[in-house]
Amino acid sequence: MLTFIVRRLLRMIPTLIAISIMVFVIIQLPPGDFFDSLQAQLAQSDSQADQEAFEALRRQYHLDKPMWQQYLYWISGCLRGDFGYSFEWRRPVSQLIAERLGLTFLMASGALLFMWLVALPIGIYSARNRYSIGDYFWTFMAFIGLCVPGFIIALIAMYISVFWFGGSAGGLFSPEFKYAPWDWAKVWDFLMHLWVPVVVIGASGTAGLMRIMRTSMLDVLDEQYITTARAKGLAERWVIYKYAVRVAINPMISILGLQLPQLVSGSIIVAIVLGLPTTGPLFYRALETQDMYLAGTCLLLLAILLLLGNLMADILLAWADPRIRLE
Amino acid sequence: MSEMVAVKTPPVVDDSERIYTAGQWYLAWRKFKKNRLALASGAMLIVLYMMTLFSGFIAPYEADHRFGGRDFVPPQSVYFFSQDGFHLRPFIYALQADFDPASGRKIYQADENQRYPIYFFVSGDRHSFLGLETHLHLFGIQVHDGDGIFLFGTDRQGRDLFSRVFYGARVSLTIGLIGVFISIVLGSVLGVVSGYFGGWVDELLQRLIEILRAFPQIPLWMALSAAIPADIDQLKTYFMITLILSFLGWTSLARQVRGRVLSLRNEEFVMSARLMGASHWRVIFRHLIPAVLGHIIVIGTIAIPEMILAESSLSFLNLGIRPPMTSWGVLLQDGRSLTTLYYYQWLLFPAGFIVVAVLCFNFLGDGLRDAVDPYSK
Repeated sequence: MLTFIVRRLLRMIPTLIAISIMVFVIIQLPPGDFFDSLQAQLAQSDSQADQEAFEALRRQYHLDKPMWQQYLYWISGCLRGDFGYSFEWRRPVSQLIAERLGLTFLMASGALLFMWLVALPIGIYSARNRYSIGDYFWTFMAFIGLCVPGFIIALIAMYISVFWFGGSAGGLFSPEFKYAPWDWAKVWDFLMHLWVPVVVIGASGTAGLMRIMRTSMLDVLDEQYITTARAKGLAERWVIYKYAVRVAINPMISILGLQLPQLVSGSIIVAIVLGLPTTGPLFYRALETQDMYLAGTCLLLLAILLLLGNLMADILLAWADPRIRLE
Repeated sequence: MSEMVAVKTPPVVDDSERIYTAGQWYLAWRKFKKNRLALASGAMLIVLYMMTLFSGFIAPYEADHRFGGRDFVPPQSVYFFSQDGFHLRPFIYALQADFDPASGRKIYQADENQRYPIYFFVSGDRHSFLGLETHLHLFGIQVHDGDGIFLFGTDRQGRDLFSRVFYGARVSLTIGLIGVFISIVLGSVLGVVSGYFGGWVDELLQRLIEILRAFPQIPLWMALSAAIPADIDQLKTYFMITLILSFLGWTSLARQVRGRVLSLRNEEFVMSARLMGASHWRVIFRHLIPAVLGHIIVIGTIAIPEMILAESSLSFLNLGIRPPMTSWGVLLQDGRSLTTLYYYQWLLFPAGFIVVAVLCFNFLGDGLRDAVDPYSK
């Protein structure tokens, strides 16, 4: 098992290098750089833009060097934990991201928990009562969940939370708590705001998971050992939960590793619509303003997260199925 | 192979006997026909795409036709009955703008004394229709004092949302088709080559795919579309978005096709084709691609709704299609703020079209998948 993991980790290194190069090329694709757009903005507002000052800034951040040198500066910094400097926020990228990382993961984990708690029982129910009205209802709901764009669900959820429950628009805190120190009232306020993004982020994933669980469960229920279990007179509850679900849940465990990274990436658009203080809106804003180190670091971290998720998935699968390890 | 047999057998009249000698496509169609939901979705999609083709004709106005003083008109109802009884020709009432002091907004009321009958094949804005310029529209009202028919209401600039939805469909519905077409061509050729030749070609392609797939989809799409210069013309933006969407799309297709080809490569029909002197390319294009074509079509159909959703999300974030070009995502940008959600909910109508299109493609894809798989029940 250990050799398997080590081998997989070693294989990741060239992929990582290739990814970091691609990330750098992609964020350099737009013509011009941050200072060009800043200069254009200043020119619009009639302020005096000093060409010399901009050149000095470019030199300071190595923007005057050829691209491969800029890349080496950036990547060697990344290895030391210095991801560069955000021109727009005038702060190190690592600080900006670290501030928002906790909430990003909290949100994604919440959505993950929500997905499993909702999708599992419904999947089991749908499989047991195949072609019943309930099954059709949930199948239909799952299709809707998969087909409505995330930002629309976010808009509708925002509408409901504001106009039906009187919450505040977007964000995670009521205005009076925004800068207040943490206490129980604030925690409660936070939790009351949390459910909207968690449900919205988890919505499409729940739909997909529900379908997987239903299919997997249906396959298992056809197996002979289930018939045997029933024939020897086991209670139906026991047959379902101890015999069927335990096996049917395997394909879901294998995708578990990938779900968190997918949720983090998938929540970006929802977070922008809901105005959440997570990394998503940070990335979006950085793309708009060509704040290249910030945008690049976000993209790189998301890719690394996905790689780790893949690794997790493989390890879980290898753990569950010894045949894969031996290959 | 079964197709060859089917050709040689004399025509069989009885349907139940035909099935034993039928070709792959006939069997698939037989099975597909039974899935009513998929059939209905397919029909619905044909209707949607026909509407896209005729969008200039169905839309009563040009996408950018502004009606002065007619901003945020709510959807108008079509009536058959007025105070003087039934009218065979449907009509709408004229609008009366009022000021609502409570909310400080303009509100509209139907003026029941002024009826605007709806006529068919009326002359209106100029548009090109199947390559020719025309003024003809499917329906409209014949008044010229700045009033119009707004079945879905109007936006902030007084543009008819109904017309804009139809113009937006042109972009939203075609971008997925073209994007999937590019992914299919790239993915199936590279997938077949990779699986058939193996060796270093396979290794190289698989590594490339591995790297591309290491990127999370949505952030990569966002980063790539942010790189599209803002000042290039609309058509170029459109094609760049399409390319970006297929940039990742081909990889999953290539992988699946490769898997299929790997298992087919050692089949006897490939070996006999080689022994009969067929070149590698002939084997690939005459034997392997047709053998996996059904599978490719299914994956393609399932990929289209993903691309439609992606385009609308990107355009919604102002990273995809940009005004003045319209797509359903661009239209939804207007519904982004809470005020519009509260007062002008009809601005979310385009979302309904996205959902219908995506739903239909998913049902169709499901039906096709069951149909081409000969072993499924």
